[in-house]
Amino acid sequence: MPETAGAMPAAGTGGAIRQLAWRLRLVFLFAALAALPYLLSYSQQEIAVLLVINVLLVSSYRLLTLTGEWSLGHVVIMGVGAYASALLAKQLGVPVPLSMLLGGGAAAAVAAILSFPLFRMKGFYFLIGSFAAGEIIRLIWKRFTDPFGGPKGLKRIDPFPDIETGFLSIDFYEPVNYYFLALVVVSASLFILYRIERSRIGLTFHAIHWQDRLAESVGVDTFRYRTLAFVIASFFAGIAGALYAHYVGAVNPTRFSVDQMVYVLVWAVVGGTATFHGPILGVVVLTVVNEIVLRALGLDTVRPLIYGAILILSVLYLPNGLESLGTRLRARLQHWRGGPDATGSEPA
Amino acid sequence: MTMQGERPILEARGLTRRFGGLIAVDNFSFSVSEGAIHGLIGPNGAGKTTTFNVISGFYAPSAGRVFFRGLDISGRKTSALAAMGLVRTFQGSTLFQEFSVLDNIRVGRHLGARAGFLSRLLGTDRQSEREADERARETLAFFGLEELADEPVSNLPHGHQRMLGMAVALAAEPKVLLLDEPFTGMNPEETRCMMALVRRIREGGVTVMLVEHDMQAVMNLCDTITVMNFGALLVEGAPEAVRNDPAVIEAYLGSAAADGAGHVA
Repeated sequence: MPETAGAMPAAGTGGAIRQLAWRLRLVFLFAALAALPYLLSYSQQEIAVLLVINVLLVSSYRLLTLTGEWSLGHVVIMGVGAYASALLAKQLGVPVPLSMLLGGGAAAAVAAILSFPLFRMKGFYFLIGSFAAGEIIRLIWKRFTDPFGGPKGLKRIDPFPDIETGFLSIDFYEPVNYYFLALVVVSASLFILYRIERSRIGLTFHAIHWQDRLAESVGVDTFRYRTLAFVIASFFAGIAGALYAHYVGAVNPTRFSVDQMVYVLVWAVVGGTATFHGPILGVVVLTVVNEIVLRALGLDTVRPLIYGAILILSVLYLPNGLESLGTRLRARLQHWRGGPDATGSEPA
Repeated sequence: MTMQGERPILEARGLTRRFGGLIAVDNFSFSVSEGAIHGLIGPNGAGKTTTFNVISGFYAPSAGRVFFRGLDISGRKTSALAAMGLVRTFQGSTLFQEFSVLDNIRVGRHLGARAGFLSRLLGTDRQSEREADERARETLAFFGLEELADEPVSNLPHGHQRMLGMAVALAAEPKVLLLDEPFTGMNPEETRCMMALVRRIREGGVTVMLVEHDMQAVMNLCDTITVMNFGALLVEGAPEAVRNDPAVIEAYLGSAAADGAGHVA
């Protein structure tokens, strides 16, 4: 681009430094994540696996919320992925890694079909519609014992196959190993979700959220884009469900009830949905609070009560979520150091 | 004097829109010539905005048809109409308020920046995105907003926001631009500036149809004016003819004024 050549170098170096810093941060993060399971007890490792899966669940949920629609059926969609992958492996003998991918595909397909009735509605009506659609799916699981196993669900779901080569042997029954498997799958999924958000597709999702009529008037097919967001979000929720099913080995309709959906909402709202990392922060912090603090205090039986209190407090005092704490702290720090440009005027 | 072509680029025949028992638009017909600046006026509640909403696909007509470049477009989706080259603006400052000025225009270039899902994901849409950005900046320069490209829209004064609304629509490269009350709430200076912009848009080959209350602006700007009353066509013609038409004066000022019009003038 000859006409922008003059401006490129300056922007290039700044961008390169920022990119390097970003990459370094990622390397540290992954190093920490790789070391994490070795610092945990066996039962904590099991929780870590579920936490990684829940990170994908809540991040995929955020993609849907970019278009401004909040669903109450996301956990059921996760269940569609779980059931589909489990059944494909159990009944048809599909190899588990492939069945997981197909589970995600099944969840996406269900979402595509549901789009037609659901996206005739917006806002509150969509919320209720998605709840109804989810309950219908759950009733189907309960009603049809063959193949869904009825209220008891599916048991003895095939585990992820062990890797056995001459020098390498990985048993995915071990939580540590499944943790790393989930970490790889979830990281790859998050990368894709992130790329989507940063692309023009993400811009279009945001545009639909803020002014769908204006977006439509310049040629955005808002129905198609809402469907796209719903389908992508559902695909990754399905993958999360499949990861869950082949780890726990059993699924049932109650596991994907609206109670579970409320947790997803609390993670998202407490973390904050304005940024990509907000909901991840929400699920990590609340899981740590739940599993370590509440368990240590012997309060884990009143979990819903505490979660409710945390939700109310965060809406009142931290309306932009935990993610806004960082920005606030930074602003406060700058204030203490004196003046808004204190970062540039460190004492020599 | 005018740049109008012969064939109508936009036409409505017997257009009707009912809301329950209310007939907002009643067997209304008009035709807009290619290259024209065409005004649609009428007293409050005459059905101008409803007509706009029907033409631009937000409502389906209850009866009648809309033709765009000879094609029946009645009841088509707004986004499909935009893809054909029929783009509308909105009253007030309907913008993506949370976005930067440039991002507003980038959304406006939605149709011009096509790329597949995978190429978005892999970042191979960079070339088409760069072109879209350049075109967006050109559009901003056309409206004199290039300095404000990175400002959040909510920081912009009202007049700039209105211009930006037009810029977003223009970024979609329309053949016909429907302007919904472009001068409302503007001071005379801003109105004059906006009128010059509308003329320049027309010189760029875009046909303009506008709904407006500012009579002076409409009379100065438009080649042809269609007057609506009670959802139906009252008069259509050149500004001079419309201005002096007794039926128009009566519709705006009531019958007493029409009787006395000769006396007042």
